[in-house]
Amino acid sequence: MTEAFEVFKTYWIFVVLLALSGVYCVVATRNLIRVLIGMELMTKAATLIIVVGGWVSGRMVLAQALVINLIVVEVVVIAVAAGLVVSLFRKNGSLDTRELKNLKG
Amino acid sequence: MIVTCIVLGLMVLAGLWTVMTRSLVRSAIGLALTSVILTVLMFLLGATMAAVFELSVCAGLITVVFISTISMTKALTHEALLQKTRDRLKRYWYLPALLLVGGAVLAFVLAPLPPGGALPAPATVDFAALKQMIWKERQTDILGQITIIFAGVTGVIVLFKERKGEKE
Repeated sequence: MTEAFEVFKTYWIFVVLLALSGVYCVVATRNLIRVLIGMELMTKAATLIIVVGGWVSGRMVLAQALVINLIVVEVVVIAVAAGLVVSLFRKNGSLDTRELKNLKG
Repeated sequence: MIVTCIVLGLMVLAGLWTVMTRSLVRSAIGLALTSVILTVLMFLLGATMAAVFELSVCAGLITVVFISTISMTKALTHEALLQKTRDRLKRYWYLPALLLVGGAVLAFVLAPLPPGGALPAPATVDFAALKQMIWKERQTDILGQITIIFAGVTGVIVLFKERKGEKE
């Protein structure tokens, strides 16, 4: 039991670091594609912590079912977001977030 | 546990490289690398089915989507790229320091916590139980997945469709 919790703590530290990298990427970048990449990194961290949670709680089957769901949703979100990015590029000729002022009142 | 720690460290390093590298294509490749390392971790934890999904969909399909998106958008000129690199260095050099400090703080905070929680899951892979879970116990999730896939396909068709007279 003790060992399981120690493992969870170790994973937790690295998961937080990976999620932090994703958040930093989303906040610091001005490129729309990099925003998506940052979101992906955060999703990877979420995926890993769900699997580790399943391992620690002994409910790996449920964790795997949730992860498969998460992956499907992730793919659809990225595909639609990529479509939005391409549309915005066609419209504005740039991927810089500072130049997206079409909706500014 | 040492192997796990090494793999976890590699995953964070791959994530760091993904964020800090200059080229978008390299960034997409870094993301695929992070996915591959995550797959290894999932195998180590015994989540083999989810690991296969992660490898094929996240490391494969999403990388293809990213590379396609990058190829559909315009590359920068050499001068613009140099200027951008200088700007990027200013904004991104905090990240490695932030990760080091964050990791140290988390290790310091979590270390004295008392042990608790349940026993780890058995290492055997029960495909029948997973099938039962996905198709019988989590049927609502399947319905949600179908809905979101339908919405996604419709969205992609609408967004990628070229209007009449738009193409030069």
